[in-house]
Amino acid sequence: MKAGELMKLEGEIRIPSGCAVSAMISKEGRRVSGQKIIESMIPMHERSNGLGGGFAGYGIYPDFKDFYAFHIFFNDKYIIEECEKILKDRFEIVKSENIPIRKIPEITDVPYIKRYFLAPLASVLARLQIDEKEYVVRTVMDINTKIKGAYVFSSGKNMGTFKAVGYPEDVGRFYRLDEYEAYSWTAHGRYPTNTPGWWGGAHPFGLLDYTVVHNGEISSYDANRRYIEMFGYKCTLQTDTEVITYIADYLLRRKGLTLNETASVIAAPFWTTIQQKPQREAARLEFLRKAFPSLLITGPFSIILGFSGGLMALNDRLKLRSMVTAQKGDTVYIASEEAAIRRMEPEISDIYAPAGGEPVIVKVEEGKY
Amino acid sequence: MKQNPLDYIIPESEVVRNITRCVNCRICEKQCPNEVHKFNEKLNCMTADESLCVNCQRCVATCPAHALKIQKNECAFRENHNWKSDNIKEIYKQARTGGVLLSSMGNPNKFPVYFDRILINASQVTNPSVDPLREPMETRVFLGKKPGEIRRDPDGNIIPELPVHLELSMPVMFSAMSYGSISYNAHKSLAAAAKELGIFYNTGEGGLHEDFYCYADNTVVQVASGRFGVHEKYLDSAAAIEIKMGQGAKPGIGGHLPGTKIIGDVSATRMIPEGSDAISPAPHHDIYSIEDLRQLVYSLKEATQYKKPIIVKVAAVHNIAAIAAGIARSGADIIAIDGFRGGTGAAPTRIRDNVGIPIELALAAVDTRLREEGTRNNVSLIVGGSIRSAADVVKAIALGADACYIATAALIALGCHLCRTCGSGKCSWGIATADLVKRLDPEEGARRLVNLMRAWKHEIKEMMGGMGINSIEALCGNRLMLRGVNLTEKELEILGIYHAGE
Repeated sequence: MKAGELMKLEGEIRIPSGCAVSAMISKEGRRVSGQKIIESMIPMHERSNGLGGGFAGYGIYPDFKDFYAFHIFFNDKYIIEECEKILKDRFEIVKSENIPIRKIPEITDVPYIKRYFLAPLASVLARLQIDEKEYVVRTVMDINTKIKGAYVFSSGKNMGTFKAVGYPEDVGRFYRLDEYEAYSWTAHGRYPTNTPGWWGGAHPFGLLDYTVVHNGEISSYDANRRYIEMFGYKCTLQTDTEVITYIADYLLRRKGLTLNETASVIAAPFWTTIQQKPQREAARLEFLRKAFPSLLITGPFSIILGFSGGLMALNDRLKLRSMVTAQKGDTVYIASEEAAIRRMEPEISDIYAPAGGEPVIVKVEEGKY
Repeated sequence: MKQNPLDYIIPESEVVRNITRCVNCRICEKQCPNEVHKFNEKLNCMTADESLCVNCQRCVATCPAHALKIQKNECAFRENHNWKSDNIKEIYKQARTGGVLLSSMGNPNKFPVYFDRILINASQVTNPSVDPLREPMETRVFLGKKPGEIRRDPDGNIIPELPVHLELSMPVMFSAMSYGSISYNAHKSLAAAAKELGIFYNTGEGGLHEDFYCYADNTVVQVASGRFGVHEKYLDSAAAIEIKMGQGAKPGIGGHLPGTKIIGDVSATRMIPEGSDAISPAPHHDIYSIEDLRQLVYSLKEATQYKKPIIVKVAAVHNIAAIAAGIARSGADIIAIDGFRGGTGAAPTRIRDNVGIPIELALAAVDTRLREEGTRNNVSLIVGGSIRSAADVVKAIALGADACYIATAALIALGCHLCRTCGSGKCSWGIATADLVKRLDPEEGARRLVNLMRAWKHEIKEMMGGMGINSIEALCGNRLMLRGVNLTEKELEILGIYHAGE
């Protein structure tokens, strides 16, 4: 037996990581190829160690924009059949195909990677008396927790996540992202301390159309995890990104909070700061902190939350991780380092460093995505 | 009268006097309420009757010549690991009197202390620790229900209305100790300290002395099965009301303050005649089931216009997870769980030493169950029953408590030396007594309590900072910050933590 066979996969153990993040978004909804976002990761090569990279693109499936696009890893082909049975029971499979890849020597141990465009079966939906998104979330949780060897890593509409073990620039080439066009891209390079053992642990992490790329190691992890698991989420990967994604889904979709309010929960201002705010604002912030104390995230993080029609960048309240933003024309850039932004747009003038806990929210104009 | 040799019980302690130091000042004689020390005129020296000694260390601490030591008595029965000295002595006592044995303070026996088998994490390399001297470090805690649905006004703004709750500057409160079981000055110390610290003290079940109504904002009043001293003013003079269903030191039974202690203000405060025994029944006679508890919760809410959170305090017993789950659906805002090591003024020895379960296991089981039930947001959790240090607080919070109750630790800060004879009424330190109250200066008492809590707060912040956590809510239920040592698989499973090295 090889030593490696005794090693635990990510999900069975918790693996801390350092990281690089990067993103770009066109407020006009202009779709651009993935080439630029891939290149943005090159100057931040040192922030990754070849054990994880990934991208999320929004607006990439205009021809199938009304269907949930599931990207799934399979360990072997028998699991594909098992998993497809579940999908067929619950959805009409509009299209299924292998995700196109480019064979390159840098990416090895490639699993089966398929994508499905799905429409929920109305009859099943009616019987369960839950809304469509909840239905999709439950299916994702079921597959990821009950079918060993199958893993849904992307499940939104007109968007998709692409990730693998490798350096991000190689992962981008592997998935042929230069052939996709998106109005918004996020990217991630990972520096895990341990071998993740499989591809699921790479970022972005996604649920529905929410995706998260994250740099940091949050100290509140288990408080957050144990809280969010009360509401039907199952943290199978034991990663910060996974729990942050679920928190975003819970607060935004299920509790109906705005992005700003969500930021005030997960990077809540200190009590002393709240006291200095005007009365109404203080009352709002106090309410959010007291209502969701277990969703406060502490420890270093810089995250970029992607969603249909926008991005939100947020740092921990002490700003323990670097993150800068810039704008040129209709495009906003966000990255761990200025160098990454300059790679995407050399002619940039104003680089802005958001304060700890200050959300940067960018939205595509209504109707343009 | 000739003494029956069978009635002679070997004293636990021996009074050792260094004759070369003793100056016959007779301070020990004056200080000892148990009349251990006597001056022998004939021999012109101090003598001691150690059979009366409770080892409260008062004489040791007050002897100006440091001439005294109280030691474990070497005179003992023949060694026997089955028939321990205490077993034998207790049989002699019961054979003589035919009575139930009474003991004070918490279970002293050799059961595992789980807090001592749990270790705390710290940041290294992959994420930074936070220096509490340079960065803000928040220990403020709120106890009560969390709001359910988010409500908004027509403009879409959140309506920031929160359910009633308590605000604490740090996650520690002083637990229930009744006026009568502890002295006026002890109560005053606790009340004043709670006010200065921005936390709460708890009246216990003996009513609230009128002098302390001014501490209402930092007071939790208790409604126990005896309903002593419960009236409108009492309920109004509090920030929260605690229904005492049980106590860790004596689960399943009530309380008994002897008539000899029911004098003067104690009698007036309890609203019972002087000299009558204050007996709290084992159950509340209006609560024989969970639905009855709900009625009392809402009666108290009605009586106080829904302005005060209701705490339900229960002893940690075998089925505590299910019991707490029931309470979480009863309308109560806070559940207080008291572990089997919790203290008491007096409890039957057999009960104190054999009934109930460790608070660490009870807490972990309850927090897990409430999360499984999805009702953890309905209530906050306070735990007590031997929280001995800031480290115990941190571990309890990480296991899932919102705050801790301390009582024995608070009494020790006031001077208690844990001689465990509170029931005698002769507390030499002025705490559990009506006679020697003056020995406890309430201002100094309050200062010591404030010091203790400040010290703990600093320590809590240091430990949080080490973990890279800068707000206490991120520690609450954060079990990954804990590791067990010397624990079985089952114990780890119940505690919900990994073993060290995992």
